[in-house]
Amino acid sequence: MNFELTEERQMLQDSLRRYLSDTVTPEMIHDATEADTGHSDTLWSGLAEMGVIGALFSEEDGGFGGAGFDLTVVFEELGRAGAFEPLMESGVLAGGLIAALGSDAQKAMIDEIVSGETILTLAHGEPAARYDLAHVETQAAKGGDGWILTGRKSVVMAAPAAQQMVVSARTSGEKGDTDGISLFLVPMDASGIETRDYPLNGGGRASEITLTDVTVPADALIGPEGGAFEAIETQHARAIAAQCAEAVGLMDAAKDLTVGYLQQRKQFGQPIGKFQALQHRMADVLIEIEQARSAVINLGGHLDAPRAERERYVSAAKNLVGRTAKLVVEESIQMHGGIGMTMEYALGHIAKRLTMIDHRFGDVDWHLERFIRLAAA
Amino acid sequence: MDLTYTDEQKAFRDEVRRFLDEKLPKRLSDKVATGIRLTKSDYEEWHAILHEKGWLGVTWPEEHGGTGWDAVRRHIFEEETTRASAPRIVPFGINMLGPVLMKFGSDAQKAHYLPRILDGSDWWCQGYSEPGAGSDLASLKCSAERDGDHYIVNGQKTWTTLGQYADKIFCLVRTSKEGKPQEGISFLLIDMDTPGVSVRPIVLIDGEAEVNEVWFDNVKVPAENLVGEENKGWTYAKYLLTHERTNIAGVGFSTAALQNLKRIAGLEMQDGKPLIENPLFAAKVAQVEIDLMAMATTNMRVVSAAAAGQAPGAESSMLKIKGTVIRQELNHLTRRAVGPYALPFVSEALEEGSNVEPVGPDYAMPAVQSYFNNRKLSIYGGSNEVQRTIITKAILEL
Repeated sequence: MNFELTEERQMLQDSLRRYLSDTVTPEMIHDATEADTGHSDTLWSGLAEMGVIGALFSEEDGGFGGAGFDLTVVFEELGRAGAFEPLMESGVLAGGLIAALGSDAQKAMIDEIVSGETILTLAHGEPAARYDLAHVETQAAKGGDGWILTGRKSVVMAAPAAQQMVVSARTSGEKGDTDGISLFLVPMDASGIETRDYPLNGGGRASEITLTDVTVPADALIGPEGGAFEAIETQHARAIAAQCAEAVGLMDAAKDLTVGYLQQRKQFGQPIGKFQALQHRMADVLIEIEQARSAVINLGGHLDAPRAERERYVSAAKNLVGRTAKLVVEESIQMHGGIGMTMEYALGHIAKRLTMIDHRFGDVDWHLERFIRLAAA
Repeated sequence: MDLTYTDEQKAFRDEVRRFLDEKLPKRLSDKVATGIRLTKSDYEEWHAILHEKGWLGVTWPEEHGGTGWDAVRRHIFEEETTRASAPRIVPFGINMLGPVLMKFGSDAQKAHYLPRILDGSDWWCQGYSEPGAGSDLASLKCSAERDGDHYIVNGQKTWTTLGQYADKIFCLVRTSKEGKPQEGISFLLIDMDTPGVSVRPIVLIDGEAEVNEVWFDNVKVPAENLVGEENKGWTYAKYLLTHERTNIAGVGFSTAALQNLKRIAGLEMQDGKPLIENPLFAAKVAQVEIDLMAMATTNMRVVSAAAAGQAPGAESSMLKIKGTVIRQELNHLTRRAVGPYALPFVSEALEEGSNVEPVGPDYAMPAVQSYFNNRKLSIYGGSNEVQRTIITKAILEL
């Protein structure tokens, strides 16, 4: 039993925290959202140079980390800074799937992902899927020398920044079946792809993507035909660990801003932090953030556990972190008063980003129900 | 970062399990598991078994006959004894007075009292709260006036848990009215059979007289029964509170309560199905289970920091608040699960040997009485509101 970071991870955390606090400014956040790509080239290349993308991959796959606690260290710091570079999409989801299922030729790409030259994203969610990972309607049929893909993908995060995407499509079965889902590597500029780009609540950009008879070669298939679901679920477990850690970083940032404000803002002749009505609410916020941190530790430590055990921790963490995120956001804004609702004050961005955590990979209720189902199975 | 026990800790856990298999009397664990009230002799029997093994002084160093265990081992011991439905160790002598005497007592006091705590010669109770001094403990009035070789004690203590069994009481008494209220308090050891001491039981909403009022009417106490220095009692009391708060999260109790809740909700039927399969009820159980999973790790984070030598400060306030909220929610859901058989209240059925049959399932009344009894959790040891104020000052610096 040991809750200390290893020396390497401690160094990564320290240097990343320092770098992000020096680099990420409100202007950078604003400009990155305004940019067509929805992210900052400066920050992206800075993170790549520091080896932060590489920390998301195992040594075997061409990185120098890749364990659960590597992910959580990196994403907690990204959260603390309010950064939204496409590490989740390129490094964890799409990159992780290539590392897990890819051929040697496909895995050669990981070097470019780690260096930041190539940005990938995962096009998996669909308009009717909500949070169900097995709900894939997009079809892939054999044709010519390869595959022909047709369907729609929704809220594809970081698609405007990506050069290629990993697309999930059904090669057999019905929507909702875990069997019959395949993955394909598709260039963003392939013929038959139509995209609608848009900005996001909480920063960054995404796309609605329509694929109409998109032709890819036979070697675009990643992993076994019809057998990608297990890897998709496993990478989502890793993504949820990363996302929950990011949420804890965002919570710490919101808490620090709010405590600072309680100390400095005066009303009725004294700092508002002297009022017990606010003190006790802030104490509760603090306690719940520590609970969220524990939930992330539990998940980070069980990512390599057998599926049933791992997924129990996935849903437990996502449920608890989602509840805590709502509490932290709403209490932080309330204790700030009007200033907490403005976009010009730092809390605005943090609060929006933290709120959106619940809308990706399954919300509080989704994971509560899933936790119950997993226990009954 | 490693969430598993070391091999050495696992071996220790196995040793504790073997000991409990062999030595914990089934009669006692059955009583604990079914919620039958424990008698004084039940506690004494269990203490004697632990003492024989050298495991009664869980929090004590070896030089005083304790285990010398670090925080992780203490946690494992607590986890395993709770899992096995062992009686709790009565905390007043072992966890509260013992550490204070070791730190602040005279050599004579240590030599006399510490062995008597371990061998069961003395049963201690705690004289802190007064009718007018609860959360604001420093406002206490029970007075001790020096008269030659003695103090003369007058006043009243309350909420004295298991005081009806006690031979001795350690008290916070007022020895001075000068300066701040905290500066005039002393720590005094008093024999319960001294003339002028009287005890009146208080029946609580669970039907049990677990707590008492204790009166002192011109009680003559030898001056050598003062612990440490006069008017320094507040310091000793605060030190004691840090020990009282080990295991404050109650994760072991909550884990057992969750298992009990699931068992009952699996037996109770609603609309022809076990209650646990009702989605609304299942959601409430799952929610608190998720909170408990995180709590276990929050607790271990504090425990490991303590094992590494960092004194738990305001973190124990966090554990106290969240731990009691979780336990009380489990008690609430268990009460709900019981349904209409929460209503019958046949107190005798909880007494060993009364031969009074419970009305309805045997788990019903203990579930309800635990709910009532554990309202205390968020009140005692510094109410949860006091804990929030501690967090405010010590961590948030507001």
